[in-house]
Amino acid sequence: MRITCPYCGEREAEEFSILGEVAGPRPQSDELEAFHAYVYLRDNPVGPTREYWYHASGCRRWLVVSRDTRDHAVLGVEFAKP
Amino acid sequence: MRYSVFRLAAEALSGHRGWQPAWRDVAPKPFYDVVIVGGGGHGLATAYYLASRYGVRNIAVLEKSWIGSGNTGRNTTIIRSNYREAGNIPLYELSMQLWEGLEQDLNYNAMVSQRGIVNLFHSDSQRDAYARRGNMMRIHGVDAELLDEKGIRAHAPFLDFDNARFPIKGGLLQRRGGTVRHDAVAWGYARAADKFEVDIVQNCEVTGFVIEGGAVKAVETSRGRIVARKIGVAVAGNSSRLAAMAGFRLPIETCILQAMVTEGVKPLIPGVITFGAGHFYISQSDKGGLVFGGDIDAYKSYAQRGNLPVIEDVCEGGMAIMPMIGRLRVLRQWAGNVDMTMDGSPIIDFTPVQGLYLNGGWCYGGFKSIPGSGLTFAHLIANDTPHPAAAALTLNRFATGHVIDENGQGAQANLH
Repeated sequence: MRITCPYCGEREAEEFSILGEVAGPRPQSDELEAFHAYVYLRDNPVGPTREYWYHASGCRRWLVVSRDTRDHAVLGVEFAKP
Repeated sequence: MRYSVFRLAAEALSGHRGWQPAWRDVAPKPFYDVVIVGGGGHGLATAYYLASRYGVRNIAVLEKSWIGSGNTGRNTTIIRSNYREAGNIPLYELSMQLWEGLEQDLNYNAMVSQRGIVNLFHSDSQRDAYARRGNMMRIHGVDAELLDEKGIRAHAPFLDFDNARFPIKGGLLQRRGGTVRHDAVAWGYARAADKFEVDIVQNCEVTGFVIEGGAVKAVETSRGRIVARKIGVAVAGNSSRLAAMAGFRLPIETCILQAMVTEGVKPLIPGVITFGAGHFYISQSDKGGLVFGGDIDAYKSYAQRGNLPVIEDVCEGGMAIMPMIGRLRVLRQWAGNVDMTMDGSPIIDFTPVQGLYLNGGWCYGGFKSIPGSGLTFAHLIANDTPHPAAAALTLNRFATGHVIDENGQGAQANLH
């Protein structure tokens, strides 16, 4: 699997580490149910999904990678914070 | 037909013409009292215990492919109950006790082989952690022995004890751990359940649930609608897909776990050896192949195939601790989809939908738990109360703070 970092270009996936599915946005209230969903619950879809990846061996930027969970195709990459 | 040595001898003398299919190939009926979704070990065991221990009749097991085609046929066949958390130990120990009597119970040779499992440690702090785990096991009545370096040398003299990064200082041994023939577990439970007239329906994929007033009424399948009073979902790897069909989300991400097997060699590895620090574990099959694996591929996937970097990482771990395997050729490599929960422990519980029950989130530990999982899930479905051995494995533990985090990793699924 290869990921095209917006800053560094196309790189092997081993250069990156993955945090997991984008669960956000972080709830603005302190309502328990909203935080439970934010911290623990995931869509975990079959098909396109968005995940946080960290380019540890590159520019060390946090990225949001869109991937297809059926065939590992990378659909798009953007900075997590523009 | 009961299997026995006499039956085998009689069949041998008559040209093996008398064997019958181990279970019936049936089309689904329009109504069942209980429908189990998922014809892997967990689903089949659930159906068997529902029928044999809880007296439930009119059960169907729906499998989208052939039985045992998912993770039951893709694991590394290890059984153990060497867990640390009080919420987990009773279930895995119940499983271990059921494994020990499984073949007599099912009248099926599952090749249960208790050759022991040893977890290596390499430092004082790791020794402390394993001593604590062993003590937790013994408090719960599970066997555990802490071996020093000398003990490991006697057990597995071929390891690299003077590895510069991970010198072996000892290990935690559970002698009752071992391996079981994985396909035979699916087949044995299927055959035993079939004796109680459980309908095992293969090539029948669930495509949706019929839910009215917050209660489940039926499943939509590729072979038509099936009405059921209660529906149990045991589809680990795909739990989130089924939950989405029923309108709720789970604390699960689906990742890939890979494994490999080498060409067959003479008996070499005693039992199971795990090298956790190096992301590697290994055992030897009865056929002689060395079966080994390591970490999950950490990204979400339903592809049932992994990528090469993890294979390289696993093989490096193997070469570091067991250099003698370097000349062996890897024959096959495969992968399964695993439900990784947010605390690394499974879920056996009610769901927000009445009449719909969930058995999933097995992470990379589903195979060893099949008998206990089946029994406790059957108990939940039959009695509408949790079995004591699985009472902590609730779905709402994440909301209440009662997580069972064996590794202390926090709410990141791919770290467990």
